[in-house]
Parts: sequence; structure tokens; C-alpha cells
Amino acid sequence: MTLKVMSGNYAQSYAACLARVQVISAYPITPQTSIVEKLADLVASGELPAQFVKVESEHSAMQVCVSASALGARTYTATSSQGLLLMHELLHWAAGMRAPVVMGVVNRSVAPPWSLGADHADTMSQRDTGWIQFYAESNQEVLDTVLQAYRLAEDPAIRLPAMVSEDAFYLSHTLEPVEVPDQSLVDSFLPARDARAVLVPGVAARLGSFTGPQQYVEFRREVAKAMERVPEALRQIEKDYQSLTGRFHGGPVEYYRAGDAEAVLVTMGTMTTTARTVVDEMRAEGHRVGLAKLRLFRPFPATEIRELARRTDRIGVVDRSFTFGAAGAAATEVAAALYSGPHHPVLSNFIVGIGGREVTPNHIHAMFDRLLAGKGPEVQWMDLPLPPEEVAHG
Amino acid sequence: MAKLTIPAPELMRAGHSACPGCAPALAMRLMLKGLGPRTVVSVPACCWTVIDTPYPTTALGVAMLDNPIESTGASISGLRAAADALGIQDLNILGFAGDGGTADIGLQALSGMLERRTDAIYAMYDNEAYMNTGVQRSGSTPLGAWTTTTPVEDGARGKAEPKKDIMGIVLAHRPVYAATVNPSFPEDFVRKVEKARVLRGPRFFHIFAPCPPGWRYASDRTIEIGKRATDCGIFPLYEVEEGRYHVTRKGGALRPVSEYFQAQGRFSHLGPEDVARVQAQVTADWERLLRLENGT
Repeated sequence: MTLKVMSGNYAQSYAACLARVQVISAYPITPQTSIVEKLADLVASGELPAQFVKVESEHSAMQVCVSASALGARTYTATSSQGLLLMHELLHWAAGMRAPVVMGVVNRSVAPPWSLGADHADTMSQRDTGWIQFYAESNQEVLDTVLQAYRLAEDPAIRLPAMVSEDAFYLSHTLEPVEVPDQSLVDSFLPARDARAVLVPGVAARLGSFTGPQQYVEFRREVAKAMERVPEALRQIEKDYQSLTGRFHGGPVEYYRAGDAEAVLVTMGTMTTTARTVVDEMRAEGHRVGLAKLRLFRPFPATEIRELARRTDRIGVVDRSFTFGAAGAAATEVAAALYSGPHHPVLSNFIVGIGGREVTPNHIHAMFDRLLAGKGPEVQWMDLPLPPEEVAHG
Repeated sequence: MAKLTIPAPELMRAGHSACPGCAPALAMRLMLKGLGPRTVVSVPACCWTVIDTPYPTTALGVAMLDNPIESTGASISGLRAAADALGIQDLNILGFAGDGGTADIGLQALSGMLERRTDAIYAMYDNEAYMNTGVQRSGSTPLGAWTTTTPVEDGARGKAEPKKDIMGIVLAHRPVYAATVNPSFPEDFVRKVEKARVLRGPRFFHIFAPCPPGWRYASDRTIEIGKRATDCGIFPLYEVEEGRYHVTRKGGALRPVSEYFQAQGRFSHLGPEDVARVQAQVTADWERLLRLENGT
């Protein structure tokens, strides 16, 4: 174990290197670039004996990974924002082909207008593609989760692609101390990919193919069943990882002081760190507040959310993106999970931090205050100091 | 008696689902005869998605991977990268795509693959329209041809624009090898594939691929129409190796293009002036090709 100071992007690169990826393919986009620049260095220096296919688009990057995966290679790519949107078609291919591609995503806002800030609209637009989705809070969690994602994606009972997301700049370009496990330790946690069930040169077989409705439904059902196995598999994988490294990130949902809380905020990514300090402050003032961090968004941890609702009467869901015509994506998922459960707490949705606008302790404090005060509007946009006409006219 | 130069082993089975007289079916058969069983073929959305037959069957004796319509170039780059990373030796990587999936929506991925110098073969079978979706015009549809989206009515006489020059586009990338082939000339076809097989780097085939339902002719005339296309100079047979041109079939004076047009319903509306315009272009292109061969 070595302690290194690194960005979230380098945590992605070093994790891919430790995972002994065999084929990397990527196209540059801010703020993903330093992930693949570091990987290019590691490949060029010989430290990482992988093929790095430098492509002409993100669409091709994902195709390279899917096709390389079909021959049995362990693959990695990374992207952000528009690049992820361009990949969308291939994301469906990766899942449908049961290609265990692992991808780093730097969560960035979507144009127009152009903006580089942290925002979850890019990955939320991909939530129906059959990819496992992780959201990381720290650079350490980025590195650990990428390694866990390979184990999970390549699990013979799962065989689905996985994306590990990190907030633009708050993680991608912020340096933090990160414990880097030794290669031998990673090798014992993550063995070489089991290459069964892939195309074999010289053997007549077809991967992809086409079907009528008689079989198509069964193929989709297989993907759905594989997704259902993810939470249990992740718990076991985290246990193994914890026994090797001592680190544990909470499985599908990490709770913070939520056990006896009257009001709980459901958070994702870096806003959680800010929220932890607010929880501590408010606890010190006697308010029973807590957090539930969605580490896994796909599959959605509905069981954990129902369990949370058993213990708390007020849940606020904090979304760093907005699904136009509906609400925040996490909020609609939480509401859907609770509907069929026995407990129906007061539910509010807070929209905050879009386009990289800061999520401050004051915002979090205000959310808890509103939750504790009782039932507010279902969807509340926080931090909108500018009246709309001022935005429109400058 | 002429010596047979085409390998006997069949890597495409009879139980495919191509239309009668389908040249893309012949093209795959000849391509695999030239490449042999150590081949992985990546196929985008195109007629061949269907020709190969649905799950769980396949008409090919080699491994086949499906990919979306626009990404064949990237797919074969990925397959080669995996083969190299996994130490898989002596493997032919083949992309086998239609003209729409290559010259239109797949052009970017093709260009990327050529520029990256991917060690693979990309074959475009050119049936000159989106045939799998029901005969819509593509960038590779020739001037004047009827398709469902270039109708022949008062004031409209088929496609108003000339065909995209895919060989010119590919050659601008300086591949190690590029050739035109035509299933009507199978010895020439397989000889070129066998030649390309042993070269390393990006290689490209432009395959002439007549389509009976799309071109509006009887299914027993595919070979004849293919011969006419080459013998009139519409689809000359040549190869370009490291920039050197070699015309592989010169049958004396070119036959008139009208003989090629007459055989197909898609051109039946063309008048003498239309034909003369095409004839002038074909003659000029042929002379240009001969000059390229002579290096003048």
C-alpha cells in the first residue's frame, strides 16, 4: 500500500492500470483528458502492457471496447458530457452483448449553453442502457470502485458493463491523498478475466445476431436478471475488498448518522462530503438529521430506500440534474421505490449544483430546515438568486 | 482445361437467407474462400445481418460479430487490438459492410481505422442503395438511378447526384492495399483477397454487388450484369498497392454503357441524353485510371 496525492482522474488511470486492462480506447473531452493522458504515459513507458486505440470519436471508443471485449479482452474507456451522449447507442450494445466494459465518467453539464461544471445530466441520460452506475464521493472511492467494478462486471452471473462516475473538477482535478494498493493485492482481488462465452477464432458462432419477438424478450430478461444480482454480488465484493484493504464504502447505499434520524437527505457524489459537515453541525445543535448516499444508482437500491423509510419520516432527495417534465432523476426513483413499500415518509426533491454551481453548507442546511418544518413543494430548485428575466437579458 | 484457382473449402453454408441472385452473398463466399477459417468478421446493420439467418443459427463457418451500422471501422480496430493484447496469432480481421454503412454513416469510423493503420480488411459490398431497408438512395447510388427516395415522376428522373467515389476517399488515406472486385470475375476476386491476406496494415475492397430486387432485374442475370458493368468501364477492376495502380482486367475497347443500363429497371427511364452524359464520364474516368496505372 502506497499513499499518493492524486486527482480523481489519476485515480481512474491508476485503477485501470492496477486492473491490468488489456485494451484502452478513448477520445479527448474536458475534463476527462488527464485520465487518458496518464494511461497513454503508462502504456508508452511499458508499465501497462495494453493496446491503446486512439479513436476519432467516443462512439468509436465504445465500439472498440465492445469488440475487444467480444474477443475476451479486459477493456477501459473514459469520457464526459457530450462524449457520453454520443456513446449512447453503443452503451446499449455493450449491455446487450454482455460486454463487461468498465468506463470512467467525469460528470459534466450538457450543452447548450456550453458549460464545464459538475452535473449529473450526462449519466442520468444513460440510466436505461443496462449499465451498472456508481457515483463516487472521493478520489479514494474512485480508485477502489473502479477495481470493484471490474470484479462485478466480469462476474459470470452478471457480465454487464459498469461506469464509475466522479464530479467534474470537485474530484477530477482536485488532489487528495489516495491509498494505492499493491499490484499483488489487486491481483488476488481481481484475477484475469474469465474469457469463456466470447467469440473464439476458428469457431463458427455469432455474437449479437437478430431475433424475432420469440427470443428477444428472453434476452432482455437475462439482462434484467443480471442487474438484480448486482447488489448481493457487490456486498460480497466489498467484503473481499475490505478484508484486503480495510476500506469499505457502504455497498449500494452508505448511511451517515441516519439510524435515528428524523430527516434524511439522499445524496450522490461530492455533495455528500459537504452534507456530512452540516449533519455534524446540526446534530451538535440537537437536530436528528442524517444522510443516505446513493453509491449505486443502477441497479437502483430500492430495498435500502424502503429500509430507510421504515426508520425516518422525512426524506429529501438531492439531485444534481433535472429531468425536464418530471423531477430530479434520483427523486423519481426514490418515490417509485417507496410506493410499493409499507412506509411513506414526507418526500421532497431539491435541485441543486447544476452546471457546477457550488453546493454549499447553507444549501444543505436549508434543505434540512425545510424538511424538518414539514411538507414543502415536491420539487424545489435551490439557489436561484437571479430572476429569469435577468438571465435572459444579461 | 483451365486450372481452378479458387479454393474448394466453403466457409459460407448453403442455408443462408439471401434473395435469389444476391451478389453480396456471393461476395462473402468468395471473400471467405480467400481468407480461410482463421477469420473473425464484423458486420454492421446491412443485408448481411439478415442473410446470415437469425439466432441461434449462422450461415458462416467463421466467428461473426454484429455491430451498429456506423462503427465497422472501429469494431475491426477493437478486434485487432484484442487479438494483439491476447496474443492471438494468424487471425484475419474482416469488416464486411454495405455502401450506406461505409460511404455514408460509417465513413468516419472507416477513416479512423485507415488513419490508425489498423491491421485489418474492410470490405464494402456496394449494392448502390439502402437495400435492407427497401431501396432508399445512398451516397453510393449512381446518377439517374431510381430508388424509393429518388422516384421517377414528372420533373424527377431518379438520383440527381453522381455516386460518391469511395475508392478515392480510401486511397487518400494511403492504405497498404485497396482493390475493386466483382463476383462476376471470381478468379480475380479471390486472387486479390489472397494477396491482401498476407499484407499487414489497413486493406480495403470495393465489391460490386448487383441486387435483383433493388436494381429491378431478373435474379438469374446477376453475373451477366456484373460482367457488363466491368466491360463497359462503369466498374473497372484494379488494385492499388502502396500507391501503385494496376488494372487487372482490360478487355479491349469498352462496351457502351447503354448495354449495362438496358439490363436494369432502375435505369429504364433514362433517355439517350442521360446515357450519353454518363458515357462521357465513364470514358473519361477509364482514361484517367489508365493514366494512373501508367504513372502519367
